[in-house]
Amino acid sequence: MAFYDGLFNTLGLGDWCKGSESDAPMSMADLLAQSSGEEQTGAFFPFPSLDNLNESCPAILQSRDVTKGIEEGFLAAKPGLKAFLDPITQPLSWLLDGALWTFSATPWFIMIPILVAIAWFASRSVGVTVFVAFSIFLLGLVDHYEVAMQTLSIIFVCTGISVMLGVPIGIAMSKSDRLQRALVPVLDLLQTLPTFVYLIPLIFLFSVTESKLYGIAIILYAIVPVVRLTDLGIRLVDQDVIEAANAFGMNSRQKLISVELPLALPNIMAGINQTIMMSLAMVVIASLVSAPGLGVNVLRGIRNLELGVGIVAGIGIVLLAVILDRVSKAALSRVDMTRVKH
Amino acid sequence: MSIDPKVSLRGLYKIFGARDKDVLPHVRDEGMGKEALLAEHAHVLGLQDINVDMQAGEITVVMGLSGSGKSTLIRHLNRLIDPTAGEVLVDGVDVMGLSEEALREVRQTKMSMVFQKFALLPHRTVLQNAAMALKVRGVDQPTRHAEARKWLDRVGLNGYEDRYPAQLSGGMQQRVGIARALTANTDIMLMDEAFSALDPLIRTDMQNLLLELQDELQKTIIFITHDLDEALKLADHLVILKDGAVVQQGEPQGILMHPSDPYIEDFVSDINRARVLRVKSVMGPLKGTDFAGDVDIRDNLESLIARSEGDTTLHYRVMDDGTPVGELHMRDLVKALVPRLSSTEAA
Repeated sequence: MAFYDGLFNTLGLGDWCKGSESDAPMSMADLLAQSSGEEQTGAFFPFPSLDNLNESCPAILQSRDVTKGIEEGFLAAKPGLKAFLDPITQPLSWLLDGALWTFSATPWFIMIPILVAIAWFASRSVGVTVFVAFSIFLLGLVDHYEVAMQTLSIIFVCTGISVMLGVPIGIAMSKSDRLQRALVPVLDLLQTLPTFVYLIPLIFLFSVTESKLYGIAIILYAIVPVVRLTDLGIRLVDQDVIEAANAFGMNSRQKLISVELPLALPNIMAGINQTIMMSLAMVVIASLVSAPGLGVNVLRGIRNLELGVGIVAGIGIVLLAVILDRVSKAALSRVDMTRVKH
Repeated sequence: MSIDPKVSLRGLYKIFGARDKDVLPHVRDEGMGKEALLAEHAHVLGLQDINVDMQAGEITVVMGLSGSGKSTLIRHLNRLIDPTAGEVLVDGVDVMGLSEEALREVRQTKMSMVFQKFALLPHRTVLQNAAMALKVRGVDQPTRHAEARKWLDRVGLNGYEDRYPAQLSGGMQQRVGIARALTANTDIMLMDEAFSALDPLIRTDMQNLLLELQDELQKTIIFITHDLDEALKLADHLVILKDGAVVQQGEPQGILMHPSDPYIEDFVSDINRARVLRVKSVMGPLKGTDFAGDVDIRDNLESLIARSEGDTTLHYRVMDDGTPVGELHMRDLVKALVPRLSSTEAA
């Protein structure tokens, strides 16, 4: 005799409940009760959860039907989603594979000078450049050069795509209050969703052997700051300057290119810096779904309790993070120079 | 008036708020005031029934305290703000009827604007800033840079072409602003409190620069200010705004001699009348002989006092371009310096 029997009888739903006697398999609790051979005496006043209500009225779903329903719904939608998403995300796989191949196929004595040169042209700072060269050398010394390059190549590709998609989205958001209202909750969701949760639907959609699986996860997570800060940067552009642009008859394209984007650039650069850092954070987690790089060694450290391997890889990640942060920050402050006296 | 005004405002109303058109009849037909409109309909009355003609080649100064609607007014001329009702005629064409494309064309070719806070592009050099208007119009770089260089030179910024705005002082930044407006080579220049952010000495410099340029270029300038001294110095035609309505407009000397309203009397009571009033406003018809000397019709009274060394018995012959047009007795001059009665009582 379950607690809520009385309720359903009073409401006159007794017939409806019995009419559709459930033939679902018994729950674990029922099985246990059956095997112990005695009627389980529930709590004095159980919470009206689906499972408890189901005991009185089999027509009501059990909780496990909910999770099952979600799963089945997802699986039903999968062929359609896959047919749509597969072709448009395929280039991401090619890009990632191509970048991985390029970074690992290029010999170190060519690759390292190229990276140091990039650091120099982006930052124009001797200190930063020397630090970059030293860090890469250090990584190579402990035989982590190759994995570090794998991580770096994934970050390059994902950051590049995030910026290419995020800046236009940010511009559109800054121009339309309605779009901003619609997108902010999505961005909030992407930023607060635990990183592991991203991976669940992606694993269902794509095969773990495809590199776009982790590419999408990284991009979804890392695109948020560049979108937000592009939107913010353009909205913060001095209204007096916008007014002047209007007064001299600029059209919206001229305003965007010669006023709004240049004045928002420091903010956009700050967004790109954050995007790079978040790609790095995600690429480590994405090693769970076969993303190559330093994250794999961290994972090995955890799984096999290989303390040293995990810690060396962790330090490698920190070094990469500092390199990327310093170079992009130095580039940012160089861009910002036009606003301060010099 | 024999010649058509360059710019004229006809029955211009501006009400700020979501339902401005609906509450307009309350103001226009029932005469509801600013406070009542705010209290009963939560709309702010910006401008009411503005009718102003601005003549070609003149400096029209719109003066008023903050909140009087003067900055709102100037933004109607190039439709940075759309009016609730009324017409804005530029060269006889109603700006309100223009398509977006045609409006941009008018902004590019007919009017340029100088801003209180300069509003220069911080990431562009002085030269690029000055050439901005021509770039918008699609003029090729050598031409627009040559033109910009010419005007930068004219406003005294020779040698600063490759600096950035942040490297210049406020006064120099505003010179760039003026050069930018001049480079646009438009007939009409809108100046929104252009000198208000500058310190007094530099402000005087800039006023002189503007008058000098105006002598040479004869543009139609609409100048907004809250400073009466500045208004009187620059204006050919003075419009005084209060709470969004025109209180008095006309020739500045006339307003000073015959204020129509206690508000304006209060306003003008504080200024140095000797410096602002000119011989023309106080002279009488040519009658006597035995003059102490000749004075120019455009001289101000202060210079005359200095010249007479305070002797009130003298009288002078007034000359306009070499021909005698009247006479001025020092006694009349002293009388003209006495402010109107009501304001001295108030003080």
